[in-house]
Amino acid sequence: MIESPLLAKTLFTVGPIPITEPVAVTWGLMAVLTLASLLATRSLAIVPTRYQAVLELIVGAVEAQIQGTMRAAPRPYVPMIGTLFLFILAANWSSLLPGVEPPTAHIETDAALGVIVFFSILYFGIRARGLGGYLATFAEPSIVMIPLNLVETLTRTFSLIVRLFGNVMSGVFIVGIVLSLAGLLVPIPLMALELLVGAIQAYIFTVLAMVFIGSAVGGERRTGGNQGESR
Amino acid sequence: MNWTEIVSIFAAAIAVSFGAIGPALAEGRAVAAAMDAIARQPEAAGTISRTLFVGLAMIETMAIYCLVIALLVLFANPFIR
Repeated sequence: MIESPLLAKTLFTVGPIPITEPVAVTWGLMAVLTLASLLATRSLAIVPTRYQAVLELIVGAVEAQIQGTMRAAPRPYVPMIGTLFLFILAANWSSLLPGVEPPTAHIETDAALGVIVFFSILYFGIRARGLGGYLATFAEPSIVMIPLNLVETLTRTFSLIVRLFGNVMSGVFIVGIVLSLAGLLVPIPLMALELLVGAIQAYIFTVLAMVFIGSAVGGERRTGGNQGESR
Repeated sequence: MNWTEIVSIFAAAIAVSFGAIGPALAEGRAVAAAMDAIARQPEAAGTISRTLFVGLAMIETMAIYCLVIALLVLFANPFIR
């Protein structure tokens, strides 16, 4: 019997708190990403070294994506969007290490990421428009749309969570099933497919986060112009 | 194995199989439309494919919902136990 993908394995307990496998893997990923970034940015130079060139390439690609998707100055969004992308990519690809299950295959990790995106939408929206201005966007086409817009803010975060969870978890699940049916080396093509899906899902998660933040922030220029005229 | 479990397994199979039909057709249409657009306007391929990926992810979520419902029915069924 294959164990439920909705339950996480408890590794050890710290006091009354059980530490599950995804939490431990997340800590490991955080440590690796932080250490790599610290090492790469330790001695920045005008003429980049090899590591700095790789880092500049990543940051430049993230900036270009934000510029293209949100059509806004990318600087304020690069730290969050870039970290989200790198973390989800590393988490999805952590299944390459033997014995490690990607933490994004458990819904708690995805829920945490989705909640981060939810609150950052609120933060960027309120920062760009002010509290009243952001609340006014809920009545945007007409006042009738308020309940729909409220429901939409919740459901799109939920769909963000379930999309990442479903894709990564189904990959892990399928590899597990094929491994139990066919044996060693057979699931390798599926694992390769899983790498592709992991990269695409990391990209889509961050692009959708950008789109949501952009819609909370970016409409400002259009409506702001109209308000300026009417005043 | 009692009737609830048997019905749950069939419900999961039906949820996934029928839930895959709609998104499959929709993704086919979306990709066909994007190919058409790229063939007409190759210089807009970057924007089109980026929008296509996001749209495909949106469509695919419907199939993933069905998968999650099937897993809930199989592994976290409130009527068993």
